Amino acid sequence: MTSDNDRRRGLLARLRGRPAVRSRGRRRLGAAVRLIAALMLAGGAYTVFAPGAQAQDNPPLTGAAAEGKALFDVSCVTCHGRNAQGVEGRGPSLIGVGAASVEFQVSSGRMPLARQEAQAHRKPPVFTDEQTRQLAQYIQELGGGPVVPEGDDLRDGGNVAAGGELFRINCSQCHAFGGGGGALSSGKFAPSLHPATDRQIYAAMLSGPQNMPVFGDNQITPEQKADIIAYIQETLKTDQDPGGFNLGRYGPSTEGLAIFLVGIVALVFASLWIAGKS
Amino acid sequence: MKRRKFDLAATPGKAAVGVDDRFQVATPLRRLLNKVFPDHWSFLLGEIALFSFIVLLLTGVFLTFFYEPAMTEVVYDGSYAPLQGTPMSAAYASSLDLSFDVRGGLVMRQMHHWAALLFMAAIVVHMLRVFFTGAFRKPRETNWIIGSLLFWVGFLAGFTGYSLPDDGLSGTGLRIASAIMLSIPVIGSWLTSSIFGGEFPGTIIISRFFIAHVLLIPGLLLALISAHLGLVFKQKHTQWPGPGRTNGNVVGERMFPRYALKQGGFFMVVFGVIALLGGLFQINPIWLFGPYEAWVVSAASQPDWYVMFLDGSTRLMPAWQINIPIGDGYVIPPLFWPTVVLPGILVGLSTMYPFLEARHLKDRKSHNLLQRPRDVPARTAVGAMAVAFYIVLTLSGANDVIADKFQISLNAMTWAGRVGLLIAPPLAYYITYRLCLGLQQHDREVLAHGVETGIIRRLPDGRFVEVHQPLSAANGHADGHGELDYVGWVVPKKMNRLGALGPAVRGFFYPIEKPVEAPVSPGHPPVEPRGERAEIGSGETRH
Repeated sequence: MTSDNDRRRGLLARLRGRPAVRSRGRRRLGAAVRLIAALMLAGGAYTVFAPGAQAQDNPPLTGAAAEGKALFDVSCVTCHGRNAQGVEGRGPSLIGVGAASVEFQVSSGRMPLARQEAQAHRKPPVFTDEQTRQLAQYIQELGGGPVVPEGDDLRDGGNVAAGGELFRINCSQCHAFGGGGGALSSGKFAPSLHPATDRQIYAAMLSGPQNMPVFGDNQITPEQKADIIAYIQETLKTDQDPGGFNLGRYGPSTEGLAIFLVGIVALVFASLWIAGKS
Repeated sequence: MKRRKFDLAATPGKAAVGVDDRFQVATPLRRLLNKVFPDHWSFLLGEIALFSFIVLLLTGVFLTFFYEPAMTEVVYDGSYAPLQGTPMSAAYASSLDLSFDVRGGLVMRQMHHWAALLFMAAIVVHMLRVFFTGAFRKPRETNWIIGSLLFWVGFLAGFTGYSLPDDGLSGTGLRIASAIMLSIPVIGSWLTSSIFGGEFPGTIIISRFFIAHVLLIPGLLLALISAHLGLVFKQKHTQWPGPGRTNGNVVGERMFPRYALKQGGFFMVVFGVIALLGGLFQINPIWLFGPYEAWVVSAASQPDWYVMFLDGSTRLMPAWQINIPIGDGYVIPPLFWPTVVLPGILVGLSTMYPFLEARHLKDRKSHNLLQRPRDVPARTAVGAMAVAFYIVLTLSGANDVIADKFQISLNAMTWAGRVGLLIAPPLAYYITYRLCLGLQQHDREVLAHGVETGIIRRLPDGRFVEVHQPLSAANGHADGHGELDYVGWVVPKKMNRLGALGPAVRGFFYPIEKPVEAPVSPGHPPVEPRGERAEIGSGETRH
């Protein structure tokens, strides 16, 4: 609103033009009148443009959000505080995190947190889908933020090849080439993508949970998100491993283990057998 | 015309005479075919490496029929759908075609990779055998050096092969290799730009690595392996000490016919194990890593296991950068120490070890008899120290995977590696040394007192003593004491069992005869079965 005011004053100054030479009394009177007029204009503009919602301290919550608030006040308030404003040293403020964040954290069982540690682990979810939606609605109405689009199939029309390229550029540094996850510093980690649903992957990209960066719609468009989800769900998870047992897709480290545990062990027994036959 | 009678049985002999008349090979061939191989199982470990090298040559030739060593950019249109339409190098596209569109290509590729891992693993296991038994001592130092070089040349062969598919993993490895070369003071930048033909990655490296991988390095390996085997024939095998075995003879089996047949069988076993690995265990799924792009680095990008110790040393190295204020300032990056200096020291130490040990012990004699590891505690402990050092580094090379899968902090893993690198080797030295002394002592005890029988006897005065079965007949000494000298071979420690291995039992899978009552140590010349079991005398109580 202050910017409104400034702009208006500047406009007046420009409209006024170069003043003619007048007597001192008239100049003073004119100045007083202009001041009053400007003040009235500014005040009027304020009352017209100021957001009316801000006048109300507690906007009425919709039905679902009210249900969500009830759940929040029982299960989440300890760490996230009253009105989700956060508690120093326990839990962050949830103002502005959006429904996407709530959906990811609650539906994957990460919230409620089992204990304070480097990073939350995936667990069986505590809340039903309906309750998760209510919680998400509450947080959404409280402070706004990103929202996952409707529907369970968010990879519709996704291009697997394009998704693969995006995945390798944006995701594989942490989640690894096979989506099995990887280590970050100090006990943090990028989790395995295998249990994640379409909606959870989408929500994670939108909200950047834990140590993950946010991939907003400006960085990765919704179409590209669909490509990535299609690659994860249709290639990484359904790949039949044409080469046989995939050794957990942990890269060359388990391959090195296998050559000793399988190859060398089998052949040492073979040489014991052959030498024993002399 | 009179029809001559065809004598089938005489044909091979006649043919052989015909060959010998022309080439005069009978005398040298007889020498060759009569080469005697000792029959202990540990002598077969080197053969695993030899046979996997043969498998490597066979599968590698197949791969070259389809692989295209070029970095020209193509758009993939093969049968692997998730990469269709992706721009990539011709090398990567042909590797994908090999995996998905060439019949049997994937199993050949996987066999080649598994055979490479097995080749290096068998070299290391064989090397440990040679080290711990003292087989490297004079006159075989040269062969030890050749063997060590085989490891390092195999290391190069593995690395160049790892780079050829030009997938994400290959390129990441190459990038690290270029960084290592760049870290070398003074010559680093010249070295890198001459190898890569300019700035990394350039357009030439794949074709250069290809020719190194399929011609230069295999040629070098073949030459070294030939020299290695030639020296084994010239210098003859070492053998374990035992009855009838001296420093001046070799007891064992002639190469022809039985040993050669057995080795043919063993080759089939090695081939079979590699084929099983290639068919059942997926190795390096290049289609998941995607084409190499400089901005794509996957988590869990590790080198193959034999290079992993260098990755580990790099991860453990603190960020100690040396700035030398000459001119505009000169920097020696911390990468230089764990990846150039450390392997340099390791190559030097490993190849020079035989001379270091001989100098330390002032030992100038020739040794054809092996030593049991327990009998040379210092060497065994040094070996254990080296193994501990290598294992700490190798585990640290995979520390992100270990940290993630076992839910340990990555920082904790790094610090554990740093501390472990300093503490584990001396600890391994101490523990191994004590174990060797303990085992030695137990051997001497059994020789002096006999084998424990588990029979406890109560003496008239109320004491309890364990009855020992003496190893030799009690002549002169009522208790069978002090008769036997240690000869450097297995001392029987169980009742009615002599030797560590069971006797040779006839039969393919199941014995077709009952084993003799009192078996002998393997490879011993046949001894007369004992008429009666020795009477169990009472051993002395331990003083």
